[in-house]
Amino acid sequence: MGANTAVAPPHKGTGLPGDRADEPKRARDRRDDRKAAWLFLAPALAGFALFYAYPTLRGVYYSLTDYNMLAPPNFVGGENYADLIGDEQFWNALKVTASYVVLNIGSQTALALLLAALMHRLTRSVALRAMLLVPWLVPNVTVGLLWMWLLDANLGLVNHILDALGLGTTGFFTSPDLAMPTIAAVNAWAYTGYTALLLYAGMLQIPQHLYESASLDGAGEWRMFHRITLPLLRPVLALVLVVSLIGSFQIFDTIAVTTKGGPVGATRVIYYYIYEQAFAQFHMGYASAVAVILALLLGVLTAVQMRLLRASRSDLA
Amino acid sequence: MKAGSRTRSRITTRAGGRRKISPGRIIAWAVLASALVATLFPFYWMIRTALTPAADLYSDSTGLVPDHPTMINFLRVLGLTSREEAVAAGGSGAQVDFLRYLLNSVVYSGLIASLQTLFCAMAGYAVARLRFPGRDAVFGVLIAALMVPPIFTLLPNFVLVKNLGWLNTFAGMVAPSVLMTPFAVFFLRQFFLSIPREVEEAAVLDGVGAWGIFWRVVLPMSRGPLITIGLTTTVWAWKDYLWPLLTGRDEETRVLTVALGIFQQQSPNTQPDWTGIMAGSALSVLPVLVLLLLLGRRLVESLNFTGIK
Repeated sequence: MGANTAVAPPHKGTGLPGDRADEPKRARDRRDDRKAAWLFLAPALAGFALFYAYPTLRGVYYSLTDYNMLAPPNFVGGENYADLIGDEQFWNALKVTASYVVLNIGSQTALALLLAALMHRLTRSVALRAMLLVPWLVPNVTVGLLWMWLLDANLGLVNHILDALGLGTTGFFTSPDLAMPTIAAVNAWAYTGYTALLLYAGMLQIPQHLYESASLDGAGEWRMFHRITLPLLRPVLALVLVVSLIGSFQIFDTIAVTTKGGPVGATRVIYYYIYEQAFAQFHMGYASAVAVILALLLGVLTAVQMRLLRASRSDLA
Repeated sequence: MKAGSRTRSRITTRAGGRRKISPGRIIAWAVLASALVATLFPFYWMIRTALTPAADLYSDSTGLVPDHPTMINFLRVLGLTSREEAVAAGGSGAQVDFLRYLLNSVVYSGLIASLQTLFCAMAGYAVARLRFPGRDAVFGVLIAALMVPPIFTLLPNFVLVKNLGWLNTFAGMVAPSVLMTPFAVFFLRQFFLSIPREVEEAAVLDGVGAWGIFWRVVLPMSRGPLITIGLTTTVWAWKDYLWPLLTGRDEETRVLTVALGIFQQQSPNTQPDWTGIMAGSALSVLPVLVLLLLLGRRLVESLNFTGIK
């Protein structure tokens, strides 16, 4: 970087007008650009080095140590990883995360697809779309607190309604069986509108005349959805699915304010487990090892996403 | 504005084209309407609870409108009542000042959104428009950061900020986000690639340097994508919880999300201080609604824009 900056002359240094005109234009561009480019890139490259590259290496290193943030780390080799194999809480966290992801993504995508298809065939109202976006704009912490209140076993509105219907009251967040589905449903509520709008945007790219001619041929709405919308939306749908999948693996906020991983570990997802290990138990090394595993998992998903990104591009072109 | 009127006229022609009211259409609208109710009603209930006196929670918890509406919950979470009044209204007596947390949230998300957008635009411009050796490699490196999941950098970044002595400072809270984020670089680069060469060449002939071209020509031309990235970054930072919880717990730097979590834990009895929590929650939604009212169309369109790349 130093060498590059040294090559370029000061930008407005000479003050001779003829100086510039004498040079071939391309060469002048190239020399000026080199200096300017590195200056333009300096903040981003510093950010990359300090907060992406360095911590990545650091994270791998921590995972091989017994670091507890109080004393300097000692190298312990693969010990943390060996411990992971026998750690029931870790396996439970993986299981709980998987069930959350399946429940959350399944319900959210199905509902979003329905909403998007309805909007696509009924209205282009921006106001409607903006309203559907509200839960996504609100912090997950707020969403968690709001639903804790709505689902409160004693005073919550939902339980009042269930009670009035003769179904009795339920402690949604306090029942080991219901806590995880409840959180999955709450987050599906928060993200369905957003997902629906992404899918709707994909549907807008489908040529309108396909529907018009299908309609002339006497095709019904369901047939059009099945034969036109779904197949042509497939690349976008796949992309949205993978992106929300990666997002849902990283659920934390909602759990942190509602169940804190409980009852009896029923909602201790992997992200929350890492958080507890690092900042409650001060097992920074061990937490880093879990983070490495999660990163590998997400890396596979990201690779799939990249592939779909390419696939979707070629499909729509 | 032009785009807006075009969409509107399209709606009228579409609606005029098929006016028939079939049972299917009625059901479809009913489903959409119930989705809207399911989306918005919880927020109504949030406000409704915030306007209910804490003492009434047991007796008055189902009516659509509170029996004795009151502003006391908002006043006490904004720190505008005396400690005695706050405790009488169901508070814990701990000092809370959501106005301050609101301001901290504005500073936090404002700093991140503005600086990140600027620096990513600079980097995106360099890799899109400037000619220099290693350009593609640099772009590749920056995009590689996409592969690093946030949880992975979280722990080491926390240690770094802690060792720098930046805990509970805005500098430490925003440091990892302000300089770059791979998606913004990627997104802005895509747009800059589409700017015609002639625009820059004209400026070069006028003797404007690279910075001048970027600042006075390219940025004004890119208002749309810049606002898009700025808006999504603002929303993201506004919602952020874990990082500010780790690095900015103190009163001086506590943002709304963190304050809400702490406020909930400070509840006086076994039963949480629901009226206070809902008043605080409503404050975290308020700016979002303002954003939606001012920039609703833009926000919705930016989603179409960034969502499907």
